[in-house]
Amino acid sequence: MPEMTLVEAIRQAMDEEMARDERVFIVGEDVGKRGGVFRATLGLYEKYGPERVIDSPLAEASIVGVGIGAALYGMRPICEIQFADFIFPAFNQIVNEAARMCYRSNGEWCVPLVIRAPYGGGIGGGLYHSQSVEAFFAHVPGLKVVIPSNPYDAKGLLKSAVRDPNPVLFLEPKKGYRLLRGEVPTEDYVVPIGPARVTRPGRDISLFAYGMMHYYALQAAEMVAAEGIEVEVVDLRTLAPVDRTTILESVRKTGKALIVHEDNLTGGYGAEIAALIAEEAFEALDAPVRRLCGPDVPGVPFSHPMQDWFMPNAPKIAAALRALAAY
Amino acid sequence: MMLSEQQQVDMFWYMLLARRLDERAWILHRQGKIAFHISGIGQEAAQVGAAFAVRKGEDWVVPYYRDLALMLYLGYTPREFMLSLMGKREEPSSGGRQMPSHWSLRRANVVSHSAPVATQTPHAVGIALAITMRREDKVVLTTIGEGATSQGEWYEAVNWAAIHRLPVIFMVENNHYAISEPIEKQMAVEGAAAKACGLGLEGIAVDGTDALAVYDVVARAVEKARRGEGPTLIEARMYRLTPHSSDDDDRSYRSRDEVEAHKRRDPLLRMRQHLEAQGWLGAERLQALEAEIKALVDAAVNEATQAPYPAPEEAAGPLFCSEVTHA
Repeated sequence: MPEMTLVEAIRQAMDEEMARDERVFIVGEDVGKRGGVFRATLGLYEKYGPERVIDSPLAEASIVGVGIGAALYGMRPICEIQFADFIFPAFNQIVNEAARMCYRSNGEWCVPLVIRAPYGGGIGGGLYHSQSVEAFFAHVPGLKVVIPSNPYDAKGLLKSAVRDPNPVLFLEPKKGYRLLRGEVPTEDYVVPIGPARVTRPGRDISLFAYGMMHYYALQAAEMVAAEGIEVEVVDLRTLAPVDRTTILESVRKTGKALIVHEDNLTGGYGAEIAALIAEEAFEALDAPVRRLCGPDVPGVPFSHPMQDWFMPNAPKIAAALRALAAY
Repeated sequence: MMLSEQQQVDMFWYMLLARRLDERAWILHRQGKIAFHISGIGQEAAQVGAAFAVRKGEDWVVPYYRDLALMLYLGYTPREFMLSLMGKREEPSSGGRQMPSHWSLRRANVVSHSAPVATQTPHAVGIALAITMRREDKVVLTTIGEGATSQGEWYEAVNWAAIHRLPVIFMVENNHYAISEPIEKQMAVEGAAAKACGLGLEGIAVDGTDALAVYDVVARAVEKARRGEGPTLIEARMYRLTPHSSDDDDRSYRSRDEVEAHKRRDPLLRMRQHLEAQGWLGAERLQALEAEIKALVDAAVNEATQAPYPAPEEAAGPLFCSEVTHA
């Protein structure tokens, strides 16, 4: 099994899906000759031509809206939003149109659409190239929200997303595009949308994370393991629909929960996990549920000292784990 | 492309059917038998003129909420309209989930639309893109009010279709009011057709109270689109003879004199006079048509009144499709 980076796994998933199914096509800004600003579609324009790798006008609402139309006709579009920060002009199309189509038509129309968007900070991107947008979308019934944390999952989950008859928002941790490496089969496989995965078993604290934060969560778990704190790390992988069973099983085992995300705290996705645990596993808790999140400021600042202040990382997570272990 | 006597009488028949159904909806609302109605009175000529220019059941139609006459031509039945007004289960657009007149009819290639305006225009373009990718010779007809051409999504979509020369006919039903706002508050140009020159496609204004004139213009645009020569923007000028909806009172923003003046240019009157002048519609035939339509409307109301409501718990879904069954 070859080792590859996150972005290479994502590219391979699209390449294989386009080869498998001629209805699959890519549309977005700079996805053609340029191969995408992160090179996620590198080489696909040359391989599949301008009809299936479409350089769109610089207008996100229509990237998604045109994708929806093509999906209604039976195509399988993969829409790329260049940065998740730019997704808001398409918010109406995603939330009001793609997500509500099946329900509002009583199942007559479905939207087999994938929207890929790089998200997250720590890359010197400032307010508008660093955002985490998952909470806005995980709130919406009718939409699936997937965030891979490693190349293997990224390839398998993206293939599942392309084959799903429903709209899937696929958020890619951009800081991990070249940092996250791992073995990826060259043959066809899928990772189902829905199940979370316990990536490190432990008995003392459940640590819930996704995307880039999962990488730091594993590092933090390793750091505190030397001090005798055994952390169970759960990679959520899919925020909607969320894997309630795996989350609750883990908390019932450990009795303590820490949720980590880089999106800001208030109304963030961690609140939903905390509420789920409080409602369903209250009697198993030995400590209050804790959240370690980005601070409630309007964005990730550009200047490095301020960016570092914003971003959760392994030492911050380790500190939160120690505090929770001591409770 | 001359229409035969029979076709022209048929045109009038659909206009008259739409008018009588629409009038009945207002009555049912005043009787407290339905909760809401949004009217197409005054717009029937343009809708039927355009409808006759497409291949029914083969071309795709992405309408907006005033298009009752267009929908009837495409196969939507009086009974289905009444079911929609009453929120009954068998209503085909949404099973009672959407407000009345939010069309969807898969058997007629009519795509579900929402209430935020211009959201449907990118879908029409996406369908046209898919048609082009599949090398088919179908076209897409999409309609909209003139107020909605102020939306960014409308410009984005028309721009996209113009860039890729996609087979779409954008018909603006310029009824001169967006609820209370006259056209002068929507645009600095004289009408929506003038916007075409900034977007790089042909723009044509036509008298929207003249069904035959609209048919001619749309039929030429359809043929052009089928030849692969790109989209056309058609502005059909007409007048909204009723308040915006059953919740609106238009006396607060326009004079009765103004409305009365436009009633003298009622598109139904115009079509009737044309048919009379041709010797194709005498008093006896008109009476027969009216009687036939009254019977249809009465039957539709009766059947819909007796039809069941959805069970409350049907509101729980469907959130997702299990497979893509269309196209």
